[in-house]
Amino acid sequence: MKLIEAIIKPFKLDEVKDALIELGVQGMTVTEVKGFGRQKGHKETYRGTEYQIDFVPKVKIECAVADDLEDKVIETIARASKTGSIGDGKIFVSDLSRIIRIRTGETGEGAV
Amino acid sequence: MKHVHYARISIWIVCLLLSVFIDPVWAQGPGAISAGDTAWVLTASALVLAMTIPGLAIFYGGMVRSKNILSTMMHSFIAVCLVSIIWVLWGYSLAFGTDIGGIIGSLDYIGLTGVGPEALSGLTIPHSAFMVFQLMFAGIAVALISGAMAERVKFSAFLVFAALWATFIYAPLAHWVWGGGWLGRLGDLDFAGGTVVHISSGVAALAAALVLGKRHGYGTDTIVPHNLPLTVVGASLLWVGWFGFNAGSALAADGLAAGAFVATHVATAAGALAWLVVEWSYRGKPTLLGAASGAVAGLVAITPAAGYVGPLSAIWIGLGGGGLCYMAILWKNYLGYDDALDVLGIHGIGGSWGAIATGLFASVGGGTGLFFGNPGQVLTQCIGVGATWMFSFIGTFLILKVVDLTIGLRVSKDEEVLGLDLSQHSERAYA
Repeated sequence: MKLIEAIIKPFKLDEVKDALIELGVQGMTVTEVKGFGRQKGHKETYRGTEYQIDFVPKVKIECAVADDLEDKVIETIARASKTGSIGDGKIFVSDLSRIIRIRTGETGEGAV
Repeated sequence: MKHVHYARISIWIVCLLLSVFIDPVWAQGPGAISAGDTAWVLTASALVLAMTIPGLAIFYGGMVRSKNILSTMMHSFIAVCLVSIIWVLWGYSLAFGTDIGGIIGSLDYIGLTGVGPEALSGLTIPHSAFMVFQLMFAGIAVALISGAMAERVKFSAFLVFAALWATFIYAPLAHWVWGGGWLGRLGDLDFAGGTVVHISSGVAALAAALVLGKRHGYGTDTIVPHNLPLTVVGASLLWVGWFGFNAGSALAADGLAAGAFVATHVATAAGALAWLVVEWSYRGKPTLLGAASGAVAGLVAITPAAGYVGPLSAIWIGLGGGGLCYMAILWKNYLGYDDALDVLGIHGIGGSWGAIATGLFASVGGGTGLFFGNPGQVLTQCIGVGATWMFSFIGTFLILKVVDLTIGLRVSKDEEVLGLDLSQHSERAYA
């Protein structure tokens, strides 16, 4: 089992979600986050004073999947969230040691 | 819990003091009251109240960080409450009582003795209508200053300051210009309070910024407005309420009021446009906060001139207000004082420009300025501006020092970092 975390541009969320549902992904957790990579931040101006805002708003999608779906999910997220310009985001993949469905107590891939 | 006991004891003392004032029975005066004029002045009074609450309260509230919006709105709200009581008890008398040496009014109207439904001499509105209209002006003047103290002033200190400032700075200034004092007699023109309200509060804000010091993190942290839509709604409400402020200052529902209404409106539009254009050329982007600020600058600038100029002069005054106030706010960054919400930049500088511009453009309503053949008016206006700057700055500085040395002006660093909403009021705006 893998935990896939994708940091994407907020306006791409719906496209990514629809593509993942089509792929058969059962659920996901979405968080509004802030951060910066190569895109850095932007400037804001209030009454003539400029402020450098380092953290850019992004959306983080967390998605636990069975091993055989890993590559397809990564490819789908990358395809759906790509604009080709700087700041498209990143995908992090890590091994998931346990999953428990709280209602039934199921564990492992059956709980994904 | 010692301070709780002090609070209870103070409440009892205030109640005892208030019980001395008992409403007398009014005799109906013989003067002719105009229903139309009275209706307009009472409506205008309510409009001026709406400038302060909710107008100024949310104009300021949106510009602070989310942890300080309640405390910032509280300053405007409580300034209205506190100053209203002071005005009735002694403020109105000090401002509009029988003149003493051109400096201050006597105590003959204390507790509003003799201020009732009878027509005020020379006017067609009840004395009490004039009194309550002026009350609203005193309220907003005090509330305006709070913008310079935002995000770091101790609430109890603000209350004491507000009471002292309304008594020792606002009331005398109102007397000088409108109450039969020396500036009015000199021929200083201030139709609706550019000098009395805006220069005085703007300069007081400078003194407050200097005495209080900078906010923690000023210049290093990103301290930016947390809710600009609120600020823009506030600025728009100020615009609406300002028709009461300026057109109401005609004290009658007549041609003068209509002229002041028109001048106010076009100067405001011009102020917003001027700020936007200057900002666009300086920073590359036009901002909505800039348009809103420019509108307020235009409102401030036209205030002393509203009844004395035609609509074309009003456009020039508004343009000058918007442009100059933007420059003033840039200078603040070079000078380095932390006037948090730019009270000096907009009200002090805009008010000073408006007062001098009145001396240039006055042509109707009993005023004649430089451009219409009376160069002396500019000099008179400059005397008014200079005297108000000096009196308000020195007086406010002394009041703030006294408050600082006795109860302390500023919250602790921990309280400031936590935010004034939680540290001063134990509540949060956004759950």
